[in-house]
Order: sequence, then structure tokens, then C-alpha cells
Amino acid sequence: MQEIRARHRSQTVRVGLGAVLALLLVVSVACGNSTSPQGKQPTTTSLGNGTTADSNTGEVQSTGFNLADFAGLNANIKGSGSSFQQNYNLATIDLLHTVLPELKITYAGGGSGQGKSDLADGVVDFAGTDSLVKPEDAAKYNGQVLYFPTVVAPITVSYELDGVHELRLDGPALAQIFSAKITSWNDEAIAVLNPQTELPAIPITVCRRADASGTTTNFTKFLDAAGGADWPYGSSDTVDWPSGTQGAQGNGGVAACIAKKSGSIGYVDFSDAKAQGLAGALIQNSAGEYVEASLSGASAAVEGAVIGDDLTFDPINAPGSDAYPITSPTWIIVLDTQRDSTKAEALRALLSFILTDGQDVTFTQSLNYAPLPAELATRALAQIDQIKVG
Amino acid sequence: MKVVSPNSLTGTRLGRARELAFSAVTLVAGLSILALLAGVVAATVSYAWPAIESQGLGFLTSTTWSSQQETYGALALIYGTVVTSLIALVAAVPVALGVSLFVTEVCSARFRAPIVAIIDLLAAIPSVVFGLVGALVFGEAFQVVFRVFAGPTANGSSLLTAGIILSFMIMPIIASITREVIATVPGQYREAAYALGATRWEVITSAILPVGINGITGAVMLGLGRALGETIAVALVVGSAIQITADVTQPGSTMASIIANRFNGEGIGIERNALMGLGVLLFIITLIVNMAARVIVARTKRGMIPA
Repeated sequence: MQEIRARHRSQTVRVGLGAVLALLLVVSVACGNSTSPQGKQPTTTSLGNGTTADSNTGEVQSTGFNLADFAGLNANIKGSGSSFQQNYNLATIDLLHTVLPELKITYAGGGSGQGKSDLADGVVDFAGTDSLVKPEDAAKYNGQVLYFPTVVAPITVSYELDGVHELRLDGPALAQIFSAKITSWNDEAIAVLNPQTELPAIPITVCRRADASGTTTNFTKFLDAAGGADWPYGSSDTVDWPSGTQGAQGNGGVAACIAKKSGSIGYVDFSDAKAQGLAGALIQNSAGEYVEASLSGASAAVEGAVIGDDLTFDPINAPGSDAYPITSPTWIIVLDTQRDSTKAEALRALLSFILTDGQDVTFTQSLNYAPLPAELATRALAQIDQIKVG
Repeated sequence: MKVVSPNSLTGTRLGRARELAFSAVTLVAGLSILALLAGVVAATVSYAWPAIESQGLGFLTSTTWSSQQETYGALALIYGTVVTSLIALVAAVPVALGVSLFVTEVCSARFRAPIVAIIDLLAAIPSVVFGLVGALVFGEAFQVVFRVFAGPTANGSSLLTAGIILSFMIMPIIASITREVIATVPGQYREAAYALGATRWEVITSAILPVGINGITGAVMLGLGRALGETIAVALVVGSAIQITADVTQPGSTMASIIANRFNGEGIGIERNALMGLGVLLFIITLIVNMAARVIVARTKRGMIPA
């Protein structure tokens, strides 16, 4: 009897210890998860000090933000939308706050779709979006929508493939991979583009967004443009993906999906791909060159794009031998007619800051974005005058 | 024992007023539940109506959910919800029963309290934590294991992964309630059975489980309710394909996961109404599960416990 009881006791101890260990594991993993997004946030303090000092001493002459125009501005505005531009917006807002401490600006992500409907509903004063307002929705806004381009960045096609250090893909091959027509890495359609590389005979796992996303819009726009008949799914913030593909949440989720599984491929915004240390494929642009995802490639794509009178443009598959073909534009949209004159002034301050000091190339590059071409920034700056109070 | 005279409670005017006020407050509280329920039903149905009107019966029978085609059919999502919940139950219920029987019948009293505390702690972990652990930690491992058994096309983000993560989530809840139910089985039943020479196994199957079956069924149904409605954890690991497939190592979607995934979409169109329609469907399914649970409990009550 004693012996049995003793055995029970030791079993219990073991089970108890196991449970505690399991709990610790869960907790530590949870903590790891909660800190990693913060780790990805740009360290704005050092940047902030640097550029602020510049604007105080007037060293940034080429892009100078005229602080005197907005001195002492006391206002409160909020925005929501595109997560693609969120890191840039937050860093810029922090920076602006150091010179205009009474100006309070918040930016909540939520996605381009959310931002557009928030602006239409009058919930926010400005919205971030990677795609244009649909013509049929224009009437839902309480005024005309003004587009202010802010920065651009490439969308990388990232992959995880042991032993493969360079991968070249063109539009049709990408379209066939993402529509699950090609299911193995050693398929002829990929091999013919990579004669130097030995491709493993393992299945392709496609990682893509499960949530509605501007990144999906721009990536599928490229597949639609460059993939031709191989891409039957069109372009939208959610598309009817073939059933074998894996959906993940957000750019970070897709990056994790790729990093975790050998043989996987997916599209991720530049900063998340860099944060995960993912390899990016060289993509064939419209000039026939294979181009690596880079900020200079993104800038080249904007140089090649046609800019409309309303400052909308489409850098996807833009001409130019240096252009990276899957480059995403992003805009801040505001209504041309504002009810409140202080809020209008706050919007002018934010936008002119973004389009002047915010275009500083070391600043944008540290956040993994490319600045606008100077000519486009100047045009956008001039458009600020169209924000009226009425 | 202290005897409280009825007069001291209701005899004085103050006492009576207090009694009345208490009744009124509880009445309002009770009615507020009904009002809340009615409000939720009315709001979701009215918001969902444009979608139900435009999709007709296809909302229930179509397997296509596409904002590009403006076709919204919930069948594949209902399938995903049912399959992931069933996997979760099959995996979680035996373990939960084992855990609670171990704690109440097998383990020595000294270790009971810490184990119970751990079970309750597990039951209180937010679901998103399970989802993140599933997506970031187990996703890859599951894919490797699945591919050994189910062939090279098996996916780490799949209906099976979602079912397993759900089972992690609901196991502690079922175990926690089952343990309390078993603890309330009167000691005489146990002692009587042991006195008749029953083994521990016989005591459990003949004296404890029949008495506790109502509560255990209730615990399982509560777990099922959580599995059916779980949103974020499932959205993170289910793979978000919209399909009906017998191969559970393939990605799928549940009603709750697609609500989480698509609610931030372009949004001005009819998809939001359709998503709200899924909310109504989930509501109805939960109602059916609850009523079925009541019927099962009522039946087992008659069948298992001799009067």
C-alpha cells in the first residue's frame, strides 16, 4: 500500500512538473511574440533628434519644412488605413511632434479598405491607402478626395529553399506558381529561367494574405499585367485563391509562413521581408531585366510611371531597365473641404512635413521606404493649397 | 446555529423597502438579458438582410465565397466550422476526462491543488496566444508530421491544425468543469462501490460517470460552443482556403475565421452584410447545439440514474 502511494506521489510530481514546464513554454513563447513586433518598430528617437536638429539649424535646405508657418499650432487629428505605410507614418508623426508639440496626430492601421470607409464615414481626418477609391464609391465621400503620395516601397517575392541562393522569375512563371498550376520547384517553367541553379524536387507551398490587403491588390495587379493568360484571378484586395494555398494574417504572418516552411514562396512588403531575413527572387521587369527588390528599384519604377493630374500613378510593371516591377504606391487621402480650420491647418502641417523633411533619403531608407522623386514631391506640396475650409 | 427571525428581514419598513428594491434590481437585470438577446438578433438580422436577400438560398447551399464574383455562400465555411470543432472535441474530451479523473480519483491530495490551479490557468489563457503559438511554433512541425502521414501536399495551416489548436484551448475548460462535477459526486457512492469490492475502474464507470454525466455533457457542450465561435486562433492557423475537402490536412475556413479576415476589406459593398449573415448563422448553430445538449442531458438523466 505504502509503495503504491509512493509511486502515485512520484507520478504526480512528474505530471505537475510537466504541466509547469508546458505553461512556462507557452508564456515564454507568448512573450517572444509580443515583443517581436516592437523590435521591428523603427527607433525613431535617434532619427527624430537628428532631423529635428537639422530643421532647427536649417541644414536641410533642399527639403526644408517651414516651421514658422505652423508655430504653436494646437490641434488634434486622426487617421487610419494602410498598414503598408504605418511604420513610416508613425515615425514621421513622432518627428513632427518634436517640433510641434501641441499638434497631436494618431494613425491607426487597419488596412486600406478600413481607412477608406473610415474617411467616407467621417470617422477620421485622413486615411492611408495603397489603392484608389473606386469610382462608384466617390459619391460616399463628403467632398472631393485629394491624393498625396508619400513614399514607395517594393513588394518582395520571398522564398525559403535550401541551397538556392538566386532565383529568377518572370510574370508567367509567378502567375503559374500563385495559381497552383506549377506545384513542384523543379518544374520546367522555373528551371528554364534558372539554368545555373539546381532546383529541388519538392512541392511548392504558396503563402498569401488571408485578410483584405492593399499588398494583395498591388501584387495581383502585377500578376494580371505580366502573367497574361496564366493569371485568371484578376486583381483585388482579396482574390479567389486556389484552394491549396495558405492564407496568413498581415505581412508579418506571410513572412512567418514563408520562413517556417521549406519550399514556400509568398509576397511580403520590403520591411517585413528584411526583418525576417528572407531571400527575395529577382523579378523580370517590362524591359526584360531581372531586378532585385530594392529601394532604388522602387524609385526607378516611380520615375517610369505616368503621374496623373490627381497625383495617382501606377508603378506596377513600369518601364525602365532598373525599375523593380512590383512596386507599391501609397497615398494619404484627405477631403478637399474641411469643416474645422484648425484641423485643416493640422493636415497642411502633416502633409507639408511629410513632403519636405519626411522625404529625407536617410530617414526613409532607415524605415525601408524610398522617397518620392523630387518633382512629384513638389507637385504634391503644391496640391496642399487645395485643402480649403468650408 | 444562529436562527434568523423572519421579522428581522421583512418586519421593518426599511427591510420591506430593501426587499422590494432588491426584487426590482434583479428583475431589471433578468430582463436586460432578454433585451440584449433581442437587440443582438434584431441588429444582426437587419444588417445581414441585404446579403440574405440578394443571395437567397445560395447563402446556405453555395460553396463559393468571393468578393470578386459577389457570390457569398456559407456551406464551405459551415463545413470548416463543424470539422474543426469535431476534431477538437475528439482530441480534447478523452484527455479532459482523463485529467479530471486523475485529479479527483488517482492523484494524492497534496498535489491536487497545484494541478487544479494549472488547469484553471490554462483555461484562462487568451485564445490569440494559442493561435500565435499554433501559427509560429507548431505550423512548421505539423507540416513535417502531416507530410509523413498524409503525403507531400499536406499543409501546416489546415483544418487539422485548427482542430488541434482548438483542442488545446477547450481541453482545460472541459477538464476544469468536469473535475468540479466529479468532485460533487457524493462520497457515499464511491465508498459503497469500493465496499462491494469494485476496482477503481469499476467505481469510475459504475458510480462516478453515470452520476456526473449531465455535468460532463454540459462541460463538453461549453467546450464545443467555444470551439464553434473561436475566431482569432483559428484565423491564424486554418489556412483560409474556401473549400470542402475530406482531406483535413488541407487549408479551409470557418465562419468565425472569415469574419475576422474579411471585415477590414473594401467594406462598402455587400460583403459586410454577408459576414453579418454568418454571425446570424453562428448564432443559430450555437442555439441548436445548446438545445441538443439539453435534450441529451434530459435523456441521459432518465436512462442512467436509477430513481
